[in-house]
Amino acid sequence: MKKILLLLSFVAALAGCASGVKLDDVQVEDRAGSSINGNAGAANVSSLNARDVAGLNGNKPGPAGVESIVYFDYDSYSIKPEVQPMLEAHARFLREDRNRKVAIEGHTDERGGREYNLALGQKRSEAVRRALTALGVSDAQMEAVSYGKEKPASTGSDEAAFAKNRRAEIAYR
Amino acid sequence: MIFERLKFAAVAALSGLLLSSSFSAHAQFRVEVSGMGRAQIPIAFSNMRGEDVSPQKIAAIVQADLERSGQFRALSAGKVIDETERPEFNDIRQKGADALFTGSVNRLSDGRFDLRVRVWDSVKAQDLGAVSFVVVAGDLRLAAHRISDFVYEKLTGEKGVFSTRIAYVTKANGRYNLWVADSDGENAQSALASPEPIISPSWSPSGMQLAYVSFESRKPVVYVHDVSTGKRRLVANFRGSNSAPAWSTDGRSLAVTLSRDGGSQLFMIDAQGGEPRRLTQSNGIDTEPVFSPDGTAIYFVSDRGGSPQIYRMPAMGGPANRVTFNGTYNISPALSADGRLLAYISRVNGNFKLHVMDLASGNVSAITETNADERPSFAPNSRLIVYATIQDGREALMTTTADGSIKARLSGQGGDIREPNWGPFFNTTR
Repeated sequence: MKKILLLLSFVAALAGCASGVKLDDVQVEDRAGSSINGNAGAANVSSLNARDVAGLNGNKPGPAGVESIVYFDYDSYSIKPEVQPMLEAHARFLREDRNRKVAIEGHTDERGGREYNLALGQKRSEAVRRALTALGVSDAQMEAVSYGKEKPASTGSDEAAFAKNRRAEIAYR
Repeated sequence: MIFERLKFAAVAALSGLLLSSSFSAHAQFRVEVSGMGRAQIPIAFSNMRGEDVSPQKIAAIVQADLERSGQFRALSAGKVIDETERPEFNDIRQKGADALFTGSVNRLSDGRFDLRVRVWDSVKAQDLGAVSFVVVAGDLRLAAHRISDFVYEKLTGEKGVFSTRIAYVTKANGRYNLWVADSDGENAQSALASPEPIISPSWSPSGMQLAYVSFESRKPVVYVHDVSTGKRRLVANFRGSNSAPAWSTDGRSLAVTLSRDGGSQLFMIDAQGGEPRRLTQSNGIDTEPVFSPDGTAIYFVSDRGGSPQIYRMPAMGGPANRVTFNGTYNISPALSADGRLLAYISRVNGNFKLHVMDLASGNVSAITETNADERPSFAPNSRLIVYATIQDGREALMTTTADGSIKARLSGQGGDIREPNWGPFFNTTR
């Protein structure tokens, strides 16, 4: 799709039509040298090929009856003491089968920039990973990643929703 | 010559078919003027002869472009004047217009449209030049933006940015789309559709490629996407999170944020992929890198001092100097192409607001009245900034002049619109 537009100078355009207007003294710009689409990919509207990608779905089950979401306080990346029994249950499950793998997905509330929140969510997932490492889980079984503010558990914009969104999820893969 | 034209005509016909499946949007121009701008050129728009045949309102698109630039005040000439007639300038001058836009639209027998525009200096009664485009219906908007560039250049002496492109992301019905659109947000073409989030699109210096972060594999990874072919490649898919791609000025490599060594730190990686080289060594978060236009420095966000602030370091890595000092949350740096201005988001009383710093003086201006501004990006002429914000409860894109005087909401898409990135000038010489 090299050149979509036919660009005519006024002289050329008017050569074929009967115009009583004298244009000899008129400044003419021949834009034939700069087509609308040019040769740059992004400018080339017609040739933009859309891709449609599928996501990956489905987690495997973790330890039965054990919560898998760790909640955090505002602006906090440290794990609360009351979460410890839950983490111990996950650690036990992972130690018993070294082939099991988990993704620890960090999340933030909606306030602030997307990339900075991605980094904050990473701090949360890495805090959980370190806690599980301390409980004897092999690093090879865990990957700490972040969704930042992209996947809120609750879509509200009040403190109750924010509290549900400041979290790290332990997802068995 | 005749052969060349026939070839072009054939290509144009083919492009018409391809475009039939493209997104079509209706203009909802809304240019909001807040405060007083600098001296604006008053320009009268005559009605283009025959414009009714065009599915796109060409003069209105040009008028909105010029108004959005902040450098023009548009008036109506109140009548049809085409490019072949010599206007009656007394009328135009009485309206207070220093310039006059005239032209015509003709539908050709092959279905294409012939657009012709002439610009006049109405004070000197002088012809400033004419331009014409023959296009298929699907390219009418782009032709209108080219006309805007022509008018802008004739009247300001500077290159216009209206025919450059903006990338952005929409979220609608649980689907994410990465779009490439005209500089007014219209005429959007989907580059990527995904059930998972897409963030941080970033144009390569050539305008041929977009880097972005996709979560389609249930973690953030960095792709580079060739916009014209739709082909893409994984550039950073390391253990942990991969994000915040920023092109080096030569387009050969990218600065990225990786957590593969623990924490979020900056790395350089070849645009083809390969082994990354670590740039920063801090205990905290280092992210959102962006290169200075001369390529010698990287601005980035770090919380190494206890709160997120913008820092500057040599592009090869090395000691970093803090750049922002007001407040406890300054993120998302963007540099103007002339290297003079730094746009960023600052948290003020719990609200997130676009600010612009004059780098020479350090003077900072708050630019907006909105409270959830995100991700500013400069137009390649350094005069306009596009940013995301929330307006009327929806995520929306706005443009503003760098001094904040003229703002416009970009239309063209339903759902939430976010993550804008303004593309470069294109090399249109061939």
